[in-house]
Amino acid sequence: MPVIPKFVGERIKRREDPRLVSGTGTYVDDVKLVGMVSAMILRSPYPHAKIISIDVGKARAADGVVAVLTGEDLRGKIGSVPCVAPAERVPFHPVLALGKVRFVGEPVAVVVASNPYKAQDALDLLDVDYDPLDAVVDPEKAFDKDAPVIHEEFGTNLCMRSEVPNPQVDEAMRKADKVIKFRLVNQRLAPAPMEPRGVVAQWHPGLKQLTLWSSTQIPHLLRSQLAEMLKLGENHIRVIAPEVGGGFGCKLNVYPEEALVAYLAMTLNRPVKWIERRRENLAATTHGRDQITYLEVAAKKDGEVLGVKASFVCDMGAYLHLLTPAIPGFSGLMMTGCYKIPALAFEQKFAFTNKMSTDAYRGAGRPEAAYIAERVMDMVASEFGLDPADVRRKNFIPKEAFPAPTAGGLVYDSGDYNLALDKALAMVEYKKMRAEQEAARKQGRLIGIGISSYVEICGIGPSALLPPKLKGGGWESATVRIEPDSKVTVLTGISPHGQGQETTFAQLVADAFGIDIDDVVVVHGDTAQVQYGIGTFGSRGTTVGGPALMLTVQKLQDKMKKIASTMMEVPPDQLIFTERTIAMASDPSRSIPLQQVVDAAYGYKMPIPGVEPGLEEKTFYEPSACTFPFGTHVAVVEVDPETGVVKFLKYVAVDDCGKIISPLLVDGQVHGGIAQGIAQALYEEVVYDENGQLVTASLMDYAVPKADMLPHFDCANTITPSPVNMLGVKGVGEAGTIGSTPCAVNAVLDALKPFGIRHLDMPLKPEKIWNALRNAKKA
Amino acid sequence: MFPAPFEYHRAGSVKEALSMLRQFGDDAKLLAGGHSLVPMMKMRLATPAHLIDIGSVRELSGIREEGGKIVIGAATTHAQVETSDLVRRKLGLLAECAALIGDVQVRNRGTLGGSLAHADPAADYPAAVLALDGEVSLESESGARTVKADDFFIDLMTTAAQPGEIVTAVRFTPPAPAAGYAYLKHRQPASGFALVGIAALVTLDGKGNFQSVRVGVTGLCAKAFRAKAVESALAGKGRDAIAQAAAHVTDGADALSDIHASSEFRSELARVYTRRALEQALARAKS
Repeated sequence: MPVIPKFVGERIKRREDPRLVSGTGTYVDDVKLVGMVSAMILRSPYPHAKIISIDVGKARAADGVVAVLTGEDLRGKIGSVPCVAPAERVPFHPVLALGKVRFVGEPVAVVVASNPYKAQDALDLLDVDYDPLDAVVDPEKAFDKDAPVIHEEFGTNLCMRSEVPNPQVDEAMRKADKVIKFRLVNQRLAPAPMEPRGVVAQWHPGLKQLTLWSSTQIPHLLRSQLAEMLKLGENHIRVIAPEVGGGFGCKLNVYPEEALVAYLAMTLNRPVKWIERRRENLAATTHGRDQITYLEVAAKKDGEVLGVKASFVCDMGAYLHLLTPAIPGFSGLMMTGCYKIPALAFEQKFAFTNKMSTDAYRGAGRPEAAYIAERVMDMVASEFGLDPADVRRKNFIPKEAFPAPTAGGLVYDSGDYNLALDKALAMVEYKKMRAEQEAARKQGRLIGIGISSYVEICGIGPSALLPPKLKGGGWESATVRIEPDSKVTVLTGISPHGQGQETTFAQLVADAFGIDIDDVVVVHGDTAQVQYGIGTFGSRGTTVGGPALMLTVQKLQDKMKKIASTMMEVPPDQLIFTERTIAMASDPSRSIPLQQVVDAAYGYKMPIPGVEPGLEEKTFYEPSACTFPFGTHVAVVEVDPETGVVKFLKYVAVDDCGKIISPLLVDGQVHGGIAQGIAQALYEEVVYDENGQLVTASLMDYAVPKADMLPHFDCANTITPSPVNMLGVKGVGEAGTIGSTPCAVNAVLDALKPFGIRHLDMPLKPEKIWNALRNAKKA
Repeated sequence: MFPAPFEYHRAGSVKEALSMLRQFGDDAKLLAGGHSLVPMMKMRLATPAHLIDIGSVRELSGIREEGGKIVIGAATTHAQVETSDLVRRKLGLLAECAALIGDVQVRNRGTLGGSLAHADPAADYPAAVLALDGEVSLESESGARTVKADDFFIDLMTTAAQPGEIVTAVRFTPPAPAAGYAYLKHRQPASGFALVGIAALVTLDGKGNFQSVRVGVTGLCAKAFRAKAVESALAGKGRDAIAQAAAHVTDGADALSDIHASSEFRSELARVYTRRALEQALARAKS
């Protein structure tokens, strides 16, 4: 019996969790440095206003205050908060507002004081004289002739218009039995990670070195952008992403506070800490979604969809953050979903509004796309009286068609959409549930069954997909070092913040070298320790970071086999790693301890001349293509006809993320994703009132999902390996979010179908459902 | 949280707390569980110069039986009320209500007296205390007095308690063991407060008709209130009268409106939940 078990594929617990649940992890706010002072930011209470004057006198004189700075103090000192995605009009985005504020929560001034209490006291003493202006709140009205212009230099609120035309779409519309038209809204959401943002900066004047701790998903990319904003060499900046308590895309960004706190530390020559408060997080950390889509769907009576034409209005917010104008593109390209829809055309108009910027939020463009595709399928089913499952089957890209080019110009790597659908329908007992639904309807009960067959794009990806200004492509890096005592250190360029690669990667490495998982340490998130890496977003950690790691492992294995082969007088290709030895595959009793090979490498008693000492290898891995995870979620809900309350009776999720390294972590990612996706469907919405004031400014009003608001999730997988990487993995970080939103909405709308209710926009709050039912009953 | 500066005082007794209240006057706030006051201080909407912590005053805490009444100290936490055998046996409605307040953390810190004194229009307790005909005990340096729950809630976050008075306890006469009850709420999804909460307490006569009905309503209006129109519409009637009677819950009510529910929807929820609470109470009651 082997002493060391195999780890890949086993349901092992996350190695990160003991320290996180016992309070021994180090988050940004746990960083405490000698002489450290606190920064607090005064934010605009107005959505749109001229700054007439800022009186800082009282605040500067207040007890404990070290510095007070306004936008004018920083003019020319710090570069624009960067947007790297291409857009026709990219406004200068100041770290502190200059002359004008453009959204509620925009930083206006910063106070640095001996502690946060004093900083807040001084903040209350700042006196800003504003001249309020009318605000642009509704993105569809941003282009009106009389709309106030947010960035005067452009003379318009149109950030960009893009178009993917296709004459075949018009042909499809002509051939259709019916062109179904409707409008969908993917409402604005707040990512609301458990840990808000936070920054600590320390300047080492002798070395001219800046150390910056930030709760970020992209330490290296942040370093590159900070270097430009602060005019420092990248080799003079060390960025550390310590424990990061969730990101969901909102920490795939570069924020004013990161540059500001660094600048303060450099100019004051003291360590400075800024910790975002929840109200700041809801107002001034990037939001997600906020797209309106007008659709025309060309469909045949048998459910076949011939073409889709879409027109989007996408709300950018007041400024462009790192990738703001890049997100909606994914929604357009992925809009045909799992379906062989031959013709797709869309145009997108990007509007500036007096709101916080939108940017990546879990799924980043693909949840919007899946929502569109899955609402289209249900609309078609409804229009022609077909079963929604049959309409999906009719349009699925067949498994023989992979790699499958799509109307959006992408090539899906692999897939078996029927397999996931069949499995999910079997798990939910679809036929039986339809019969029960029918019986329940006769008793006046509103039961609905919702299906969502999604596909998404992961593992980004080939570098060509990322904008050059990002300064990092779509590749990923890894260093693997066998230490002199045979323990293994991994330095990965990804920056996990809850995904659990300290576990997943250790599983892979332990099995590869025949060692215990506890012999492996995975280091990430420190630019001084780790070679340049891209970071964690777009479900790329294992999909791109994994192959980078395993290619490196292979290089080390090759070197070690070469050494062992000479020591054992066995050809290297007959050797395997097992039980902390290198052994003959055909006769594992013929082996030498791993440690002896390590000793040879480090003691430079190399049996073969010309081989370098040491055991460390590095890889920069460029993926050849993206991966396309998929699956089917099915929900059964009951709607209370009197109150509009939605109750889940069943929730089934079948996800295919290719090969699975860590089943427990896959379940965890899917569970969290479903929670966030259901929350978009039923609960969450960032609300600005008609004047541009943020109404959902605290968690007393912004409804993040709680456990008791969610059903039991019945999860399973199908496994269709990806051919584009050596691990066969597809990524699973966003799948749950993408599959669940349309599933929940389709279920609720299916329940309301007998009342002729065709569509309702999210979130499907009880009042909205109650109103729709009431109006339907009247009519 | 970074509130404005304040001085913290820990009172060892009600007497000491009252003397501090006199000393600091309007500059002082009483701190019990802190679940309403502290969030306001965090946002600097409340900036008391002095906090008088009554959370560890022993005489304010605990649940006891006294001359046929159940007396619950003002500083008793929701969790203690929820899990008390005595409350569960004799004031089931209150235990049921306490169990639906906030979440575990809130219930471990928040107090009965604090909730009533704060008089948030969406708090759960007032509905149950009104339905149970509770009496609020108040104490000041000039003496003690008792105010019936019906007279305690005056307006939005305003009660009958006067400056210099402390809520010390709430007293309940246990309903007859045969009484039926229910507390039903529609939860605001973000805060967990009641968009509408209905507490119903009923007793039946020999024929199974309503003998007494008390309905407490929270969340609907600026203050919690008893739905007397519902109660009187049911006197001597049976199950068949519930639906029509429940509709009276909104009689004369000036329903609140916010992003979570319009006044129209809140009113509808009140009618539906009142009917359901009464139906459930009836089902649990014994003739």
